[in-house]
Amino acid sequence: MFGFLLRRLAVLIPTFIGVSIIAFSFIRLLPGDPVALLSGERVMSPERHAQISAQLGLDRPLVVQYLDYLGGVVTGDFGSSIVSKSPILDQFLALFPATVELSLCAIFLAVIIGIPAGVIAAIKRGSFFDQSLMGIALVGYSMPIFWWGLLLIILFSGILQWTPVSGRISLMYFFPQVTGFMLIDSLLSGQKGAFMSALSHLALPSIVLATIPLAVIARQTRSAMLEVLSEDYVRTARAKGLSPFRVVGVHALRNAMIPVITTIGLQIGVMLAGAILTETIFSWPGIGKWMVDSVFRRDYPVIQGGLLLIAGIIMIVNLIVDLLYGLINPRIRH
Amino acid sequence: MADTINDIDSSPEVLSSAALRRQMFKEFWFYFSENRGAVIGLFVFIALVLVAIFAPLIAPHSPFQQYRDAVLLPPAWLEGGNTSYLLGTDPVGRDILSRLIYGSQYSLFIGVFVTTLSLTSGILIGVIAGYYRGWIDTAIMRLMDIILAFPSLLLALVLVAILGPGLTNGMIAIALVLQPHFVRLTRAAVMAEKTRDYVTAARLAGAGPLRLMFRTILPNCTAPLIVQATLSFSNAILDAAALGFLGMGAQPPAPEWGTMLAEAREFILRAWWVVTFPGLAILITVLAINLMGDGLRDALDPKLKRS
Repeated sequence: MFGFLLRRLAVLIPTFIGVSIIAFSFIRLLPGDPVALLSGERVMSPERHAQISAQLGLDRPLVVQYLDYLGGVVTGDFGSSIVSKSPILDQFLALFPATVELSLCAIFLAVIIGIPAGVIAAIKRGSFFDQSLMGIALVGYSMPIFWWGLLLIILFSGILQWTPVSGRISLMYFFPQVTGFMLIDSLLSGQKGAFMSALSHLALPSIVLATIPLAVIARQTRSAMLEVLSEDYVRTARAKGLSPFRVVGVHALRNAMIPVITTIGLQIGVMLAGAILTETIFSWPGIGKWMVDSVFRRDYPVIQGGLLLIAGIIMIVNLIVDLLYGLINPRIRH
Repeated sequence: MADTINDIDSSPEVLSSAALRRQMFKEFWFYFSENRGAVIGLFVFIALVLVAIFAPLIAPHSPFQQYRDAVLLPPAWLEGGNTSYLLGTDPVGRDILSRLIYGSQYSLFIGVFVTTLSLTSGILIGVIAGYYRGWIDTAIMRLMDIILAFPSLLLALVLVAILGPGLTNGMIAIALVLQPHFVRLTRAAVMAEKTRDYVTAARLAGAGPLRLMFRTILPNCTAPLIVQATLSFSNAILDAAALGFLGMGAQPPAPEWGTMLAEAREFILRAWWVVTFPGLAILITVLAINLMGDGLRDALDPKLKRS
């Protein structure tokens, strides 16, 4: 297992260096003067230009600049925003829990609905349930989620008035952020109605973000289940007279889950991309909205830092998924 | 598998290449048409192509003409609707149906352009990686890993921020993001085919590397690439619409569906139709292509064929 981890890291580290080179060169690729882009000052005298250039270290050779940047990244210094002047890592850490909370709720929804639905569809292959479920899954998979979010707002916030349109919690509640997760913090605060408010704010964004992973997981579970159900050991289990529930639940499901877990892991990246759209629609104060806002504000250091942080997190999540996969399926380690 | 081999052995005479192609198509259509959804998808897609081609003839109005006396009219079947604006009008009085009809040109063009760009560049790079292996392969695959480490929409968004907002830059960004999938598929297929006897035979007969790569090996790797191409086609349309929705793709007043949604966003609680129809158009298009993709996969993947 340790060797497996080392082998994975041996691939991961060069990839991370490559990602950091891309994030580093991004500002140098922009049309225009990096000094102006990084300082945010559009008009400056040549003296001021030279001063900022020296201050930001832009007058040094590119390789030195890159190594300096990489050194900063390793020690947690991603630079500062042009607009708010605050450190990028602080901004990221303040917003990241909101995205994690949303993504966890979404993946939870996708898994608890997607896996049972896929299993039932596989058992009842060709039935009306199977066909309609796969039809719905394909619609979900093809869904432009930004539009889906708007439709849900029209229905649940506009016509039914069940849920709020945007934000994480009603403005009437105020309590200290302990964990950064609104659901937990609102419970800890002990304020009446705060938890329900947080939950109602979370409902629509979670559904929207869960849509595509849910469709993918249901389809993947169904096909993995179908493959496993035709295996010899499942026939043996049936022939032994085990109950259908035991055959499916214990013998088949455990092996069918192996590819499904990989799929769930791969959905994390899809989630973070989906969060860009979902958070924008629902004004959810997470890193997706932060990135979109930064692109609009031309806050290039933030785009650069955010790009690197998000890619880094996806790589770490993928590594964890790989390791879990190795634990469940020992064959993969070699 | 065994059946197929017997079929070929028992065929009475060697078929000419045209007849062989006809037979291959017939076999393909047999498996494709077994999937009802795929056939429906194909018809919807053909209808969309026709709508895009004949847009100037079909559309009742110009997509840009603003009728100041008909702002935010509801669809014709609702109270206050007007039959000359079947699906209603938008906040500046443009006919939504006409804009949707012209919008199909954008979506199909985006799909074709992005898929062609990512497919050709992906195949080229993938064949080189799979054929030569060694350090070229390692370098290429590391680069692809790096691109895949970013969420695709985020990378496209940032690339557009570099290149400047607009449809062309958006399409280039999306093509770049979709391309690693083609590289990986092509490389894997080329590596699998490269050691087969027919390739060795071709090499012994004196075929050069270019001929081996593109004439001998590549045609035998097309099935997964075709399936991936349909997936890319629908992804390209979705991503381009998302970029348009974020204000980074096609710029107003272009009747691109995602851009139309972005313009309509503030009216969602007052006029549902300005939001509903463009999204429905995106959904139907993407769904039709994905249905076709499922059918293609069933028809082209020999493992799934029930013979």
